[in-house]
This record gives sequence, structure tokens and C-alpha cells, in this order.
Amino acid sequence: MVVQALAFYLFAIIAVISAAMVVTVRNPVHSVLFLILTFFNAAGLFVLLGAEFLAMLLVVVYVGAIAVLFMFVVMMLDINFVEMREGFLSYLPIGVLVAAVLFVELAFVGGGWVMTDAKMAAIAQPVPADMNNINALGMLLYTDYAYIFQAAGLVLLTAMIGAIVLTLRHRKGVRRQNISQQVQRQRAETLEIKKVPVGRGI
Amino acid sequence: MEIGLAHYLTVAAILFTLGIFGIFMNRKNVIIIMMSIELMLLAVNINFVAFSSFLGDLVGQVFTIFVLTVAAAEAAIGLAILVVYFRNRGTIAVEDINMMKG
Repeated sequence: MVVQALAFYLFAIIAVISAAMVVTVRNPVHSVLFLILTFFNAAGLFVLLGAEFLAMLLVVVYVGAIAVLFMFVVMMLDINFVEMREGFLSYLPIGVLVAAVLFVELAFVGGGWVMTDAKMAAIAQPVPADMNNINALGMLLYTDYAYIFQAAGLVLLTAMIGAIVLTLRHRKGVRRQNISQQVQRQRAETLEIKKVPVGRGI
Repeated sequence: MEIGLAHYLTVAAILFTLGIFGIFMNRKNVIIIMMSIELMLLAVNINFVAFSSFLGDLVGQVFTIFVLTVAAAEAAIGLAILVVYFRNRGTIAVEDINMMKG
């Protein structure tokens, strides 16, 4: 129990500190790296909560895909990030004010929440006792939530097509293979047969 | 030293607040704003998983998977739009984004 509590505080404190660093450091590359650290620590919190599959998913999807995508974009675009930070301090009062108000609201909402019998009865899918986490999630995802699962796949497909359509561009002056033109080539337009008289050449 | 639901909700609330704070502080840099949005989605995910774990209801974890899907799609589309915008205008400053006169 003590070990679990210590692990929780370790993960939580590092996650919060690195999240604060994400929004305050000067260099966006460092910002992305702190984002990765935050995700790793959130994955640790998920493991403590008994959601092992989601912890691994968080590492694979967020760190492996999203954070690397951010890193690519930050490094690819040639942006003057020093200019971007002008006025950082002038936004500080309103930023702190809004954040504080929001945090107090969240604290009230969280503090006012109580478990009742009606809420207990509304539990839709109790955690099965004889299965591990990934097994139970798979049993649920491919049966009761199969349609939503398919819809999630469609969302990803749409995002993929959208990203490709947005960023694909054809440059002028680049030689490309035109397969239909190649296939439609006729013998008559490309080949000429000449009779060569003996001893005279062409 | 029992770690309860309230501890996890506090962490999630702090992360969400930091996300909002990041949006307000980096008003010029779209990339940091998108990272702040990712932080807020992470906070929501922590809330989902914490409630799922402490109530013994698996639906929260199923929903977290869908939130993760949407977050991935959002990051991909957002960064693609950003790259196209940078190609056309040569800047990503938020106050310059006024081509649609919104």
C-alpha cells in the first residue's frame, strides 16, 4: 500500500511538473519532449488504476504517433519562436485568473460528487473478476461496442484521407510515370519500319 | 496513505487547468495550443479511467479508447492544416489567421 501511494505521488508530481513545463518552456522541441514525459507518467497512473491495456495504448499512440508527429512539424517548419513568445508575460494575469477560476469550479464539481445507490445500480458493464484487463476490454469492445469501434475506425480513415489530401501537392516540372499513357501506346506511333537497300545504307 | 478517487481527480483537474493556462499563455503559437489541447484530453482520459477503476465499470475504459482515437485524428488533421497554412503564408501566428474573415 505504501509503495502504491509512493508510486502515485511520484507519477502524479512528475506529470504535473512536466505538464507545466510544456506550456512554459521557450523551445517548442523541449515542449514536445516534456509532453512525452507527461504521457509516460499518465501511463504509470493508468497502470496503478489497473488499466494496463490503456497504459500501453497511451504510450504507443501518444508517444509513438502523436508526439513524433508534433516533433516532425516543429522541426520541419522554419519559425521564429522567439518572436512568437512576445507578450507572454502580459497574458500572465488573465491566464492565472481563468485557470484559478476553472480549477475552483472543477474542485467544487469533484467535491460535490457522492456515490449513491442509484449510481451504483446504473453501472453498465461490471469488471469481470475472472479475467485480466485486456481480455475483459476485448470481450466488451468486439461485442457490445462493435459499431462504435467501427465508427472509430471510420474517424481514423477520414483523418488519414484528410491529412493526405491537405498536404499532397504536385510540383511543376517533375517527371512522373503516367501508366495509362504507357499502356495506350500504339505500335504505329512509335515504330517505323524502313527498307534498307543492300550495300547503300540509310 | 490510502490513494482514493479524489487523488486522481485532483491530478486530472490540475492537468486540465494547465491545458487552459497554456492556451491563454501561448496565444501566438498554434503548436503549443494544440499540445495544450492534448493535455486537456489526457486529463479527461485520467478522469474516465479513475472513475472506471473505482466504480468497477469497464465502459469508462472503452470510452477512453474512443477519446484516444479522436485525439489522434484531431492531431493529424490539425497539423496537416498547420503545414498547409505555413506553406501559403509563411507564418503560424494565430492573429494572422484571418483569411476567412471570421
